[in-house]
Amino acid sequence: MAKNKPEKDLRFERFGTKGFTATTKVNDFIDRLEAGQVCGTKCPGCGQRFFPPRADCPDCSGAGPMEWFQVEGEGKLATYSVLRYAPQGFEQDLPYAIAVADYGDYKLFGRLSHFGPEIEPGCPVTTRAVSLPDGRVAYEFVPQGQQ
Amino acid sequence: MGRVAIIGVGQSAFVRGYPGSIKELAFEAFREAMDDAGLQRGDIQGSLICSAPEYDRQRSPAGVIAEYCGLNPQPTAYVESLCCSSTTGVRMAYGMITGGLHDCMMVLGFQKMSEITSAETQERMGRGADIQWESPFGTMMPAYYAMFARGFLHRYGASEEDLARIRVKAATYGQINEKAVYRKPVSLEQCMIADPVADPLKVFDCCANADGSSALILASEEKVRELGIEKPVWLMGLGSASAPVNLALRDEFSGFDVARQAASQAYGMAGVGPKDIDVAEVHDCFTIAEMMAYENLGFAEPGGGPELIRAKETYKDGSIPVNVDGGLLSKGHPIGATGGSQVRTIVLQLRGEAGAMQVKDPAVGLVHNVGGVGLYANVLVMGR
Ligand SMILES: [Zn+2]
Repeated sequence: MAKNKPEKDLRFERFGTKGFTATTKVNDFIDRLEAGQVCGTKCPGCGQRFFPPRADCPDCSGAGPMEWFQVEGEGKLATYSVLRYAPQGFEQDLPYAIAVADYGDYKLFGRLSHFGPEIEPGCPVTTRAVSLPDGRVAYEFVPQGQQ
Repeated sequence: MGRVAIIGVGQSAFVRGYPGSIKELAFEAFREAMDDAGLQRGDIQGSLICSAPEYDRQRSPAGVIAEYCGLNPQPTAYVESLCCSSTTGVRMAYGMITGGLHDCMMVLGFQKMSEITSAETQERMGRGADIQWESPFGTMMPAYYAMFARGFLHRYGASEEDLARIRVKAATYGQINEKAVYRKPVSLEQCMIADPVADPLKVFDCCANADGSSALILASEEKVRELGIEKPVWLMGLGSASAPVNLALRDEFSGFDVARQAASQAYGMAGVGPKDIDVAEVHDCFTIAEMMAYENLGFAEPGGGPELIRAKETYKDGSIPVNVDGGLLSKGHPIGATGGSQVRTIVLQLRGEAGAMQVKDPAVGLVHNVGGVGLYANVLVMGR
């Protein structure tokens, strides 16, 4: 009886160290991340760029499906913090840093690859896709000179 | 539009591991507020029950709490906006009273954080963000506030000692508040050598979790007169705003625009400015939160917060006393009860009934209550 049930698209469950969302209309983000691209979406109607990627433009009606754009080049580290305690499921990553990278038009929230007293807000960063154990995928910000 | 007053306030002691159910916890504040106002339960025409549901085992807590307090068959409903749930309850009750639906309402906030195990708490902490785009990176509340602390310290050249001074002040008053969960003094040195939680925040930069409840009774001007309430405290201004959850969609990491907007609305409605505030309760879930509040509420110029605390201007005898009940840092932060407890402190201050914590003859008070990491903010201005 369950034969004709369409298979669920759970690709997003593989995002990050531990996933909390399995299904979203922007699941293609995961395929792009696996191909090494960190992508946001762009509205074909008004041209706004969105990160995190979203399926719907809040300003346009009937503009058609969102387009993808790749996050490229240098952003600036807006701020970060280094965790010494972690929520359940992240303990093995400690210590790690979460950060915001500012690309002007848009910003990204994610992990910072390196941290220490020399890493300050304003420092240039690039964003790269990373592969985690068990087929999981994520992205991180890399401070200038730490590639 | 008629005026609305707070005519009764109550609060349980804020404790670790409350030895009773959520109904019994909520009842403690309810009973105190009813006695304070001198009302019978039939006088309450409706109730709003406020908490953060991730800590509750009980589904739809409004039902069991209204039942236990004897508030059937009057309408009741549940209100949630994280750590500012109970001031959102005040805002809703204000609207229902001025809209003419009721002329006397109960806003009951509670949180029994020990209701769930610490493993469950750990699990829920990770979901306190945008679960799609932030939680997979391993986030929690102290780390978010630490990002603002780094942003603030970097932007204004302030130091971690400046943040620690806020904790020292909180502990000064936590010692004299018999309902506070943390009653011990804290020195600057203790703050500075404490273990890091999320750099640059350390253990004493973080508030004390607690179980607790708060209750506020709101009434229309007509009802205040009818009941012959001697010391009503009037809600003069109410402001509220929201911001994106995901920090990628914020513009600033050294303050909360959501609080600036709520403050501006509340000041405008009350016809007062920051200089007119005689006593304030601000949302100090972390030391950095109080530091940012100084500027966001207009008590200091941008970047002037560190000087304000260094000069002890926010102590009881300073120019703008802030959190002289110990604040969330020492009094404790039972999420759903916090806003109501802040309002209670200001009501007692304005009535001149704050005991050892009393500020000299205040006429206008302010409450600043933030939900999430500057996700929701409520600001209330109150007067005699
Ligand atoms: Zn658009």
